[in-house]
This record gives sequence, C-alpha cells and structure tokens, in this order.
Amino acid sequence: MSNGPFGQKLFQALLRIDRRIIFLVIFLALSIPIFLGLRIDITVTQEVRLFYNSVEALSSGSRVLLSFDYDPGSEPELQPMAETGFRHLIKNHIKFIIMGLWPQGPMQANKALTRINEVDEGFLVDNGDTLYFGRDLLVVGPDTIRYGIDFINLGFQAGNELVIQRMGSSIRAAFANDARYGRPIDQFPIMNGLNKLSDFDLVINWSAGYPGTVEWVQFAVDRFHVPCGAGNTAVQAPQVYPYLDTGQLSGLMGGMKGGAEYEQLTGMRAKATMSMVSQTAAHIFVVLFIVIGNLAYFMTRGRKKEGRA
Amino acid sequence: MFWDTFGIWIAALLTIGIVSFLYRDNPVYKFCESLFVGISAGYWFVSLYYQNLLPKLFDNLGITKLLGLSQNDGAFQHIFSGHWDGRIWYVLAGILAIMMLLRLVSKIGWISRWPLAVVVGSTAGLYMITYFQSNFLSQLQNTVIPLVAIERIRALPSAGMTADQFFAAYLGNLVLIVGTLTGLVYFYFSKEHKGALGGAAKIGIYFLMITFGASFGYTVMSRMSLLIGRLYFLFGDWLGIVR
Repeated sequence: MSNGPFGQKLFQALLRIDRRIIFLVIFLALSIPIFLGLRIDITVTQEVRLFYNSVEALSSGSRVLLSFDYDPGSEPELQPMAETGFRHLIKNHIKFIIMGLWPQGPMQANKALTRINEVDEGFLVDNGDTLYFGRDLLVVGPDTIRYGIDFINLGFQAGNELVIQRMGSSIRAAFANDARYGRPIDQFPIMNGLNKLSDFDLVINWSAGYPGTVEWVQFAVDRFHVPCGAGNTAVQAPQVYPYLDTGQLSGLMGGMKGGAEYEQLTGMRAKATMSMVSQTAAHIFVVLFIVIGNLAYFMTRGRKKEGRA
Repeated sequence: MFWDTFGIWIAALLTIGIVSFLYRDNPVYKFCESLFVGISAGYWFVSLYYQNLLPKLFDNLGITKLLGLSQNDGAFQHIFSGHWDGRIWYVLAGILAIMMLLRLVSKIGWISRWPLAVVVGSTAGLYMITYFQSNFLSQLQNTVIPLVAIERIRALPSAGMTADQFFAAYLGNLVLIVGTLTGLVYFYFSKEHKGALGGAAKIGIYFLMITFGASFGYTVMSRMSLLIGRLYFLFGDWLGIVR
C-alpha cells in the first residue's frame, strides 16, 4: 500500500471523517435490504439445534413454563423467538403456562399471541359475540388451544429470583390467581397436578437481563433440577454461554440471529429471518470501518512520530 | 382504530426525535429525552405501588380493608377476630421500609443502614450458595476434561463422529484448558509476572481480549437488531411501505 503524500492525505482524511457519514452508511446498509426483500441462507448452530431438540423431545400434552423476562426495549431481538416458540409449542400440542419476572413480560406474551393471530389467518379467532382475544380466547385452526386448558397466563410477580425459589416448593404461593380473570389458578384444568417447579417438563426463558436466564439456571436448574432452554439478547448471550457447555442450559438462542436459526429449524420463517440481510450488511460495514480506521491510524502514526523527531 | 394510529404517530415522531441526536444535540432530542425520563419514573412508581406495596403489604395486612378500599380481610382483621394469620409478619417488612425512608431525614438518617444491612446480608447469603453451585463448582467440573482420550479414538468409527469432528472437539478442550489456566495466571498477583509466569499471563491477556472482543461483537449485533426493529416500525407500521 502506498504511503506517499497522497496516501498520507487519504488516511488522515479517513481519520477525520465525520461520524454522521458512518451513521448514514449504517442506516443505508440496514434499510436497503428491507426494501429489496433479500434473503440469505442461515447456518444453524449447535446451541439453537439443542434448544429445538429439547422442545421436539417433549411428548404431546407436556407442560412447559414460559417466562417472559423482557420489555418492549428488547422486542426486536426476543419477540421473533417468542412468536416462533408459541407456534412450535402449539404445533407439537404442548401446553404452556406464561409468567413474567419483568412487569411487561406477560404483556409481550399477549402481543406475540395477537401477532401470530394476525399473521396466521384463522389461527386464533373470535367465536361469535362472547369470545374475543383478551377475555375468553379460543384458538382454532389446524391446532386448537383454549385458555385455561391448553395455556394460561399467570402474569407478573414481583420478587425477582425469589419468585423462582418460591415456585420450587409451591407454584400457588407465588401465583395465587391467573392474570386474565384474576381467578384462583386451581379453577383451570391446565394447573391440575402442577404444584411445584419440578412438575414442569421444561422451562423456556426469554431474557433481556436481570432477573433472567442466570437466575433461572441458578434456582430452577441447579436447585430444583428442571431442564431450561433460553433465548437471550445478544448482549446477554456471552454471559450465559458457559451454562450451555456444562449442560445447565438445554439450548440457547442469542439475539436476532438465534431467532432466525430457530425460524429456519421450525420452517416458520418470519421477522428474524427477514432481518438477517440487513444485519449482515451492517456487520460487513462495521468490520470495514474497523479495518480502515486501524489501517489509517497505523499508517499515519509513523509519520507523526517522524514529525515530532 | 384512531387511538392505534395516534399511538403509532406519537411513537414514530418520538423515535425520530431521539435519533436526531445522531446529527447533533438539539431541543427536539432534549424534549424526547426528558419525556422518556419522566414517563419512565412515573411508570415505575405506579408499577411498584400496584405490584408490590398494594398487594403485598396493604392488602396482606388488611390496611386497604380498614380504609374501605377492599372487601378482602387481611392479617389485622383475622387477628382482631381471634384467628392467627401468618401474614402479620409483613409488619416487619413495613417497618423496615419506613426505616429505609428515614434517610430523607438528615438527623436520623443513620437508621436506614439497618434495613440496608438486612438486604445486603440476606442477598449475600442467598447468592453465596447459588453462585458457588452454578458459577463455581459446575464450571470447574466442566474444565476438568481430557486433552486426549485414547479409548475414544479407538471407538471413533462406532461413535458416529468423523475424525475432523473428533479432533475439532479436542482442540476445543485444549483451548478451554489453556484459556482457563492462563487467565487464572493473569489474575495471580502475588508474584511478579516474569519468565514462564509472565509468558502464561500474556497468553491469558490474549484470551481475555478475545473474550472482550466477542462480547463487543455481540453488543454490536444487539444494537443493530434494535435499529432494524425501529426501521421496520417506521417503514412498516408507520409509513406502511414495507410489510
């Protein structure tokens, strides 16, 4: 590479580049693929396959606890996973119990159910005048699920990891009533025989921080020996990877890429898959900027030293 | 329908207002930021009251019944009628909460250290066991792995693994062991990092840097995902030009 006067000027200009140009490039890299509707092949990693297999291994009628531990701020990363998770469980005739250690978590679950209702026509429908989403939900289509029988929303419970600890000995001590009707959970058939955490066949945790996957591993997995799979924001994923190697987590999805891999495995390609071209394009530009920035820095550093001498 | 559309417009305008900071600091950004801070504070205040104080303290003790705000009996009503109710212990939590608030009174602010001590002590006790089990013992156990296991090499054809997969797995073991040991050496400060110890510590630094790099990469990925989510909102939900 030339390090003559022109090269020097070019590198110095690159070091002084207005950061708004970088923002603009990233904006274009993210936006253009959205409009073009491009798709790329997604390689499925072992950790996501483990998660998928842990759900596939469940028999029809198994009961899974879904803990929604995130808020709208993490929706782009975790909502696609949650939607695919619902579709996957419903398709395999697995019953699910929704809860949240974050106040907005159970609302995100409702939002995901509403969304799959809109996208998968006839998946969730009203039944005449009395049934509508939010009160007496009836889910029909190729797979029919009913509130209180095939799924239930226990809502949010304050107390962070102590809620998990309490559920270890008694679910009713932590959640006396359901979130939709405020009725005692014993009135719903899905709760028959579900007394403590170890009665669940699997715990799935969608997590954006504290309390989240770390707490579920520490309390539910290590103390009460319930298998747990998790979907995490990309920021949090490196923190929980060690739990995967030890088998404390039965599977892990990290960020939107993890969601896209899950969509690939279930054959239900949705938002995460659609976003992968944008994400890849942005990553390419970030790597380019890092390489160019370092190159320019090292190429001009020698000249500065010479100047000082 | 109107309110849905209205909400989308408000969300879109606020998103653009916040993003405008990328161009330069401006009054619109300041307004959006202040609005966010104020709404967050209000939301959390209401959320904590209705999800903690009201159901756990006031309802359980029967204060809401005393004030005529609830039909359900609490601990006070049961105890006054001659029946024991274990929820009366919530009184202790209430006292600790009031003691915590006393830090607002400068002369007796020292009392707030007592409930703080209870919180610190109970949290430390709770986590001592869980972290020891989940983050220390389990991780340590997983680091004690064979570098080479001859019997498994012999069993390769029946194990369903190709030679490449097998050696990749063992290379992973080697990296894990070397990374753990050299990382620990780097944090050993009782002896000067010279000679073999210095070399090992230097390798440890490289492992740490790669770890930080991986974390940074994931963070970049996360932020891009959030931006993609906002772009889908702006182009799809707001403008309706993408599905």
